[in-house]
Amino acid sequence: MADSPPLETPQPRVPSTEEYARVQESEEFGELRRSYRSFAFPLTIAFITWYLLYVLLSNYAGGFMGAKVLGNINVALLLGVLQFVSTFLIAWWYARTAAAKLDPKAEAIKSRMEGGA
Amino acid sequence: MSTESVFLAANEASEHRTLIISLFTAFVVATLGITVWAGRQTKDAADFYAGGRQFSGFQNGLAISGDYMSAASFLGIAGAIALSGYDGFLYSIGFLVAWLIALLLVAEPLRNSGRYTMGDVLAYRMRQRPVRTAAGVSTIVVSIFYLLAQMAGAGVLVSLLLGITSEAGKILIVALVGVLMIMYVSIGGMKGTTWVQMVKAVLLMFGAALLTFLVLLKFNFNISDLLGTAAANSGKGDAFLEPGLKYGVSEMSKIDFISLGIALVLGTAGLPHILIRFYTVPTAQAARKSVLWAIGLIGAFYLMTLALGFGAAALMSPKEITDSNPAGNTAAPLLALHLGGVDSTWGAILLASISAVAFATILAVVAGLTLASSSSFAHDIYANVIKRGKATEKQEMKAARWSTVFIGIVSIGLGALARDLNVAGLVALAFAVAASANLPTILYSLFWKRFTTQGALWSIYGGLISAVGLVLFSPVVSGAPTAMFPDVDFHWFPLSNPGIISIPVGFLLGWLGTILSKEEADKGKYAELEVRSLTGTGAH
Repeated sequence: MADSPPLETPQPRVPSTEEYARVQESEEFGELRRSYRSFAFPLTIAFITWYLLYVLLSNYAGGFMGAKVLGNINVALLLGVLQFVSTFLIAWWYARTAAAKLDPKAEAIKSRMEGGA
Repeated sequence: MSTESVFLAANEASEHRTLIISLFTAFVVATLGITVWAGRQTKDAADFYAGGRQFSGFQNGLAISGDYMSAASFLGIAGAIALSGYDGFLYSIGFLVAWLIALLLVAEPLRNSGRYTMGDVLAYRMRQRPVRTAAGVSTIVVSIFYLLAQMAGAGVLVSLLLGITSEAGKILIVALVGVLMIMYVSIGGMKGTTWVQMVKAVLLMFGAALLTFLVLLKFNFNISDLLGTAAANSGKGDAFLEPGLKYGVSEMSKIDFISLGIALVLGTAGLPHILIRFYTVPTAQAARKSVLWAIGLIGAFYLMTLALGFGAAALMSPKEITDSNPAGNTAAPLLALHLGGVDSTWGAILLASISAVAFATILAVVAGLTLASSSSFAHDIYANVIKRGKATEKQEMKAARWSTVFIGIVSIGLGALARDLNVAGLVALAFAVAASANLPTILYSLFWKRFTTQGALWSIYGGLISAVGLVLFSPVVSGAPTAMFPDVDFHWFPLSNPGIISIPVGFLLGWLGTILSKEEADKGKYAELEVRSLTGTGAH
């Protein structure tokens, strides 16, 4: 909360440049970087492609988009709402993966570096 | 329903002006109270710039929504749907999907590696002075464009809602908005601004939910029926429910739509006023949580604008909407009046409440923009470029407060001058500039080992100049009836949105500048940035 008094935490030590360089080259950090990038990068390309596909369909596939599915609800509206749904799902999936796979690795490296081992 | 009912609506508006003004005043008094309270708690630079980093993920998510959902999205999108049907909805999709880039690539690394501004991250591994200057220039340009659109819009909108027609009245309203935003930011800093944005987000969500419920109730929750009535009433039939009414006119307008779509989806994660919000939470996990909340709230809101837009189209004639405002910006307030009953007290109360929500929306957004530009001026340009990192915290905060006042006065001036210009296009332009100048440098800095100072400078200035330059010679500025200056014509660039050219230019120049650099990237600094951004080690 904004109005709570600042917590009195002991100041963590500041790692040196050499330590950062050593950690960056370590197996453990490489593993964290790989897990993060192999998840986030392809997913980013996938949702941008999916979005662009939608934009292109809106532009050049009028007949398909205008096809009625249920009453006055057409493909265009369904695909639009589907963009919302896929956004929600990707966000949820990323958050779950990050909490399960990335956070523990990151936390381990951080506490070791700030603890001074 | 025709001109007569518009006059009726306008009369209604001025008759119930007292009610609207009371609600405006209540919001202003409440938020100024919050500001003064927040100001008392603002003691150091971290308080002023980052609200003491004490906000929770949920609070920040709410504030992000409040910062992001501008009057342009509330009134503009509802109006665009009411007039152009499905094409109005296309905006909201880009605005929402964009948040995934912020979530997956930007929010957490930024929180871990920066302190107060976007420039902190851009300049982290680079030579400080040139990159800080570039980051500051780009921040201020993006924010001022965005701000100008909001200020001019505020003048038009509030005058309309209050039934003020005189030019002096409009200028007075722009000045009032400006003075309020200066007070929020210079007194309350990030803490005050955040609370104002949270209050606004709650009001906006409630307002939109209420109207959505009432619209659906009118159609017995039969969405197909709502859409059918809207299509029939619009006079355009089924085409109203399909893409193409606005952007499908010609091959060029289709390309323009692709350009806009790219700018919207890539721009959000480069908007400085959004980026600095990630510094207000204590950890990267909290930053992640705030984006999740923001995605939920913003998504829900844009789905509701569908009901508002189609509801307005179903319950009012197109003429009634355009008579009140040609761009449809008053469709949502008019809808409120109709839902409550044109001649009833209930209708007046609804109209006044929705107008007050729109006013709150404008104030919260302009405060966020002012804070982003004055933070960048004080922290990037004053403290790190002019004082070479040797300014005391006290001097820096003083500079931030004074630059708030300065930026506020400049925007009042520009907003007053631009009050009759069509500046709605400036918001989309701000997105294009953010995507061209800021996003490439943010991504290269975080993820590309070899990226150099020269790459960063080429990317920021190249993206900035190509985006702004192309717009200057586009139909947004001259040569079209809807242009800022409709009476002159010096345009040669055919698109209204430069993104499709300027975004690749920004990315390309960042790459080219780097491979042509004489100096190599600072390996030690990149090690620090990379480890820090992924693990949070050493994050303040």
